[in-house]
Amino acid sequence: MARAVTPRRKAFNTLAAWIVGVLVFFPILWIVILSFKTEGDAIKTPLAVLSAPWTMESYAVVQERSDYFRHFWNSVVISLGSTVIGLVIAVPSAWAMAFVPGRRTKDVLMWMLSTKMLPPVGVLLPIYLICQSLGLLDTKIALVVILMLINLPIMIWMLYTYFKEIPRDILEAARMDGASLKEEVLYVLLPMAVPGIASTLLLNIILAWNESFWTLNLTAAKAAPLTAFIASYSSPEGLFYAKLSAASTMAIAPILIMGWFSQKQLVRGLTFGAVK
Amino acid sequence: MGRITLDKVSKSFGEVEVIPPLDLTIDDGEFVVFVGPSGCGKSTLLRLIAGLEDVSGGEIRIDREPATHLPPAKRRLAMVFQSYALYPHMTVRKNIAFPLRMAGLDKAEQDRKVEEAARVLNLTDYLDRRPGQLSGGQRQRVAIGRSIVREPSAFLFDEPLSNLDAALRVGMRLEISELHARLKTTMIYVTHDQVEAMTMADKIVVLQAGRIEQVGSPLELYRTPKNVFVAGFIGSPKMNLFSGPEAAKHDAHTIGIRPEHIAASTTEGTWQGRVVVSEHLGSDTFLHVHDTGLAEVMTVRVDGEFDVRHGDSVFLTPEPDKIHRFDAAGLRIA
Amino acid sequence: MSTKASRSAARAMISPSVLLLLCWMVVPLAMTVWFSLLRYNLLMPGAHPFVGLENYQYFVSDPAFTDAIVNTLLLVGGVLLITVVGGVLLALLLDLPIWGQGIVRIMVIAPFFVMPTVSALVWKNMFFDPVNGLFGHLAKTIGVQPYDFLAQAPLASIIGIVSWQWLPFATLILLTALQSLDSEQLEAAEMDGAGAFARFYHIVVPHLARAVTVVILIQTIFLLSVFAEIFVTTNGGPGTASTNLTYLIYKESLLSFDVGTGSAGGVIAIILANIVAIFLMRMIGRNLDA
Repeated sequence: MARAVTPRRKAFNTLAAWIVGVLVFFPILWIVILSFKTEGDAIKTPLAVLSAPWTMESYAVVQERSDYFRHFWNSVVISLGSTVIGLVIAVPSAWAMAFVPGRRTKDVLMWMLSTKMLPPVGVLLPIYLICQSLGLLDTKIALVVILMLINLPIMIWMLYTYFKEIPRDILEAARMDGASLKEEVLYVLLPMAVPGIASTLLLNIILAWNESFWTLNLTAAKAAPLTAFIASYSSPEGLFYAKLSAASTMAIAPILIMGWFSQKQLVRGLTFGAVK
Repeated sequence: MGRITLDKVSKSFGEVEVIPPLDLTIDDGEFVVFVGPSGCGKSTLLRLIAGLEDVSGGEIRIDREPATHLPPAKRRLAMVFQSYALYPHMTVRKNIAFPLRMAGLDKAEQDRKVEEAARVLNLTDYLDRRPGQLSGGQRQRVAIGRSIVREPSAFLFDEPLSNLDAALRVGMRLEISELHARLKTTMIYVTHDQVEAMTMADKIVVLQAGRIEQVGSPLELYRTPKNVFVAGFIGSPKMNLFSGPEAAKHDAHTIGIRPEHIAASTTEGTWQGRVVVSEHLGSDTFLHVHDTGLAEVMTVRVDGEFDVRHGDSVFLTPEPDKIHRFDAAGLRIA
Repeated sequence: MSTKASRSAARAMISPSVLLLLCWMVVPLAMTVWFSLLRYNLLMPGAHPFVGLENYQYFVSDPAFTDAIVNTLLLVGGVLLITVVGGVLLALLLDLPIWGQGIVRIMVIAPFFVMPTVSALVWKNMFFDPVNGLFGHLAKTIGVQPYDFLAQAPLASIIGIVSWQWLPFATLILLTALQSLDSEQLEAAEMDGAGAFARFYHIVVPHLARAVTVVILIQTIFLLSVFAEIFVTTNGGPGTASTNLTYLIYKESLLSFDVGTGSAGGVIAIILANIVAIFLMRMIGRNLDA
């Protein structure tokens, strides 16, 4: 409805929205601020914290002392690995369901979705024992496989909804133009689906990066990603505020940025296309 | 060469038989139009010929070679889709070159053929644009360009003009007819618009519920429709069809008379009725006449200057030798 | 485009994911059900005799189970209430014409991308801590005794943390739904003489109802499995004050190594989740036809 809103009204709305926005965002803002303070300053009163000098000290300490980088690397390997492997499996399936739908396609899709409804704790023990007997506890491989399986239904669903939007005619035209199935997928479908594939990739990296049931339960030291690394800060001493903040900031920054880029697609992915 | 033969071709989706076994021969160089109301199976028939759907039974032969089980890419047919189906991520040049690229032609040959097609279709200035930047008519031409470069043995058109506005449609109709005159390649054209069918076809195939109702030249269908369905479908405005005592007078169950074969007068005639609407097109006027006791509405084409208004009484006189007679089964009585 | 060739290609392309998911679902599920019928403790090596439903009896009759069920319901219900009400209000606010809408939007959705362990720790230390936390400082400034949130109101505190994480999700989905509302519908209603409130009640609310249902169902699936937030902040305590079903099963399984009882709990959790899932699947399934 393109009608004029009085400036006063708009100013009032703006003020209200900004207050709420800043309040919701404040915890994140606060850890970013704390991460640039010394440990001594970080536990002072809020005003004292703000007026204290800024420093990069905590980042340096976190980098050199703890194994921050190893955990970061574990997170990268696990989230990227599970997503890329998942995509390789999901793209053909989504292609088949979107373009060669059969009588049971809908059932298969719904069944895939239903695997996502399984509460992880319900299968914690079997998975734990399987990993134990295969010597896969505390390995990146186990997490890559498990997170890939957890997110596979989401990937297939997201890709399916994107592929559905590509007119079938265009793929048929390619077929009439003499393209083989491989050429049809490679030269026509994939280039057209790039935006959809990119947002699927992004959302699943985010989900895998933040996954913290399996990562906490199946890792100890070697394969622990950032979720588990941060959890190890839960010791009761309160003298690690600045370092905890620095580590947290580094743990969430990359994903925050990716998340902001993919906010629109996020809705579609997380609601399985029920809300667009 | 582009002779296509369908021998007892049928198609079912699950339990539903959309096309009962059907025979049809399309001769080389013919312009054949499949026409019928929506859902009559005309597009399915085209897709069976294209190979985009499997036949459920019967044989398709292209150039006398069996083609029933060939994939679409091997049938040497080109298709123009209703939605144009251009590749949105490729330039016009790449779109047109795509079939050549798939056929493995070398780059120079591809370029030469693309330039040639673009020149014929007035697309030379647009070769580096993407489909999204083109108008509907231009997109249509790109789709045609993409189909002619590979020199197919036949062209398949699936309602290619239905997304264009009325003025462009007339223009493209002429262009496609010219193209056929120049290339002399077989063309199969699917439409629900009987005007397109009448103006473009060498041969019209009228379909209903997957069955062929009649095959013939446009004028044959117009002059001697085989049954009530074809009579009502071909011709615009539609033929007036009615049963009852007036039909019995002609020893028929149903009789039909085209609007252009009825003379109207304000003073005298065979039938009398009341004008409900008169549509003035300038050159002609179409009268919609009620209360004739024949059909609910009789449509009559009269001279553009014929001046009657809503509610006026009018007399109608049919040309006796232009009355079509049909039996109770709806078939033409010779 | 369903020719025999393409159909068989489709089958080949779909089978890897079907087989993988089938294994992922059937194998652990069968094992959980099987374990739940055995006396099986990792600390007591030897045979695992079949004991029927004894584990279920034991798990259900444990007072911690009732507590966990109540806590789970409170946690899910509390978070749903806060996020849905807050989400609707925020979505309506963000849909108004304001300056800097993009930035506000980014700020509001940010918490969703914070990993659960980080948000739990940050709230636990930087906000809830009675000595050094922000709320503690605030209390001291206004001269009130600082409140030890996690000790005195552990479940409410966890509800707060989880709500903060899920509020963005609800807001984002409701905002998307709101923006997909055809403005012509509102204009037509206005032409029909509907006032602002009538327009909201008769057009906006029904339009949002679907999105709200989706939010509730999806969040419920995730909220039933809240784990890291409890693991990092209270460890389920004090006592069982903040133990939910997921955490209780975790305790039985990996802290007491009681495979049998843990599995029985797992089966119960699966049954509970499935009750929600059935409704969710129905909604999404209906959407597939549209």
